[in-house]
Amino acid sequence: MSQTSPATPAAMLSVRGVKTFYGNIMALKGVDVEVNRGEIVTLIGSNGAGKSTLMMTIFGQPRAREGQILYEGRDITRMPTHEIAQLKIAQSPEGRRIFPRMTVYENLQMGASVDGFAHFDEDLLKVFTLFPRLKERISQRGGTLSGGEQQMLAIGRALMSRPRLLMLDEPSLGLAPLIVRQIFDAIRELNRNEGLTVFLVEQNAFHALKLAHRGYVLVNGVVTLAGEGRELLERPEVRAAYLEGGRH
Amino acid sequence: MDIFVQQLINGLTLGSIYGLIAIGYTMVFGIIGMVNFAHGDVFMVSAFIALICFLLLTTVLGITSIFLALAIVLVVAMFFTALTNWAIERVAYRPLRGSFRLAPMISAIGMSILLANFVQVSQGPRNKPVPPMIGDVIVLMERDGYQVTLAWKQVIIMVLTAALLGGFWYLVQKTSLGRAQRACEQDRKMAALLGINVDHTISLTFVIGAALAAVAGVMYLMYYGVVNFADGFVPGVKAFTAAVLGGIGSLPGAVLGGLLIGLIETFWSAYFSIEYKDVAAFSILAVTLIFLPQGLLGRPEVEKV
Repeated sequence: MSQTSPATPAAMLSVRGVKTFYGNIMALKGVDVEVNRGEIVTLIGSNGAGKSTLMMTIFGQPRAREGQILYEGRDITRMPTHEIAQLKIAQSPEGRRIFPRMTVYENLQMGASVDGFAHFDEDLLKVFTLFPRLKERISQRGGTLSGGEQQMLAIGRALMSRPRLLMLDEPSLGLAPLIVRQIFDAIRELNRNEGLTVFLVEQNAFHALKLAHRGYVLVNGVVTLAGEGRELLERPEVRAAYLEGGRH
Repeated sequence: MDIFVQQLINGLTLGSIYGLIAIGYTMVFGIIGMVNFAHGDVFMVSAFIALICFLLLTTVLGITSIFLALAIVLVVAMFFTALTNWAIERVAYRPLRGSFRLAPMISAIGMSILLANFVQVSQGPRNKPVPPMIGDVIVLMERDGYQVTLAWKQVIIMVLTAALLGGFWYLVQKTSLGRAQRACEQDRKMAALLGINVDHTISLTFVIGAALAAVAGVMYLMYYGVVNFADGFVPGVKAFTAAVLGGIGSLPGAVLGGLLIGLIETFWSAYFSIEYKDVAAFSILAVTLIFLPQGLLGRPEVEKV
């Protein structure tokens, strides 16, 4: 859009005063979030706080009615969704959204279309190393996978695009604790070894905050707390609301 | 037996034409959930494009090889029909996307009337004939003076349809364009999140549907030798019936439905009453909708949550 104040050089993604509406209901009431290059940032909050809405708003689905979203200094607030994806932002969205009548292989191919299939085989190998289960299911239709397998596929599909910014919406949802650990380890590894920037939305606050460099707490469409992951973990209000059985 | 074989041949020929048109209905329904009522008229327009092109080639340019002329006509008709349908989508349907469900359908009915009337005004209301092409037949069997024949025209129609469907299947199943098309059909929002240009893909669907309808239009003209401005309606509705019978949204279903409708119609004409052949076809529509709403190869409607 018009005049944008330059983003701080390190900020890869910055969300500024974003308000999103569903009809007349304001779901995000002016949210500010920054994700710096090379960071893992998590956004925690309970059901209905607006976490997934923020994830989708970044992709313009729905559009922010007010505020600004900048990616690498570029205003993407009004950019068409597919062009945002072409900037190498990938999302494993809420509800996984696997293509149900496509095979696992085809779903992964869909992920690679942004990258133009330049590194398809190499990336496929990487995803299969991460999730060997997907390899076993390669020619099975997405709709016939179990919830956990679909979750792996959604993450794998996002990775196939060689993202610079990986956005994960509740990757732990529906997965056995052991696999959750695996996934979180994988995220840490990708971040450490390849400098992948990760924006992680989680209800599983404990794991997420332990993993993340920084975190935000979203309550009813407003960011109420921000800080370093471990620091947030110690905050009494976070402990009370999200860690000690306080999750709704 | 002789009559049966003869009607089988005729029915498959007619069914091929219906099947090609039905794909256009089913693809559009699959991707944007809309019945494109103008599709039959797009088919009619393609027959007129073919007519004009054919006459230009044979009388003005003096091309004598009928096969060369037909090949050129096919390409020209496919191109211009695709262009027409692309423009229709841009003008009449895309602005209504995101509006209530009925809006684009009403717009499609408007487009259907517009196309039929435009052709009526610009080409006249009478039947437009082309000189008969490819009159040769193969006599398959002969008994008591009744010949079972297979016309070369019919061979061309069936072979071309089969080849085209093969190519089309490959496009949808094996290429990235087809994959994007299927992705948009299954989850448009997710396809966009993966960098697929959804508007583009929808346009492409209209273009492919029109190109197939154009092939049907060329073959219709070649087979019957005449076309008039109202010829979009009945074949259009029958192809729609075929799509519903096969299971709307299912591509193999459209082809199967087309063949069945063609067969039912010709057998009905042969054994019962030719005046009521349309009644037979449309009764199938009613019966299918009542007793088998998901069609033969369709999947039951599952509401996404």
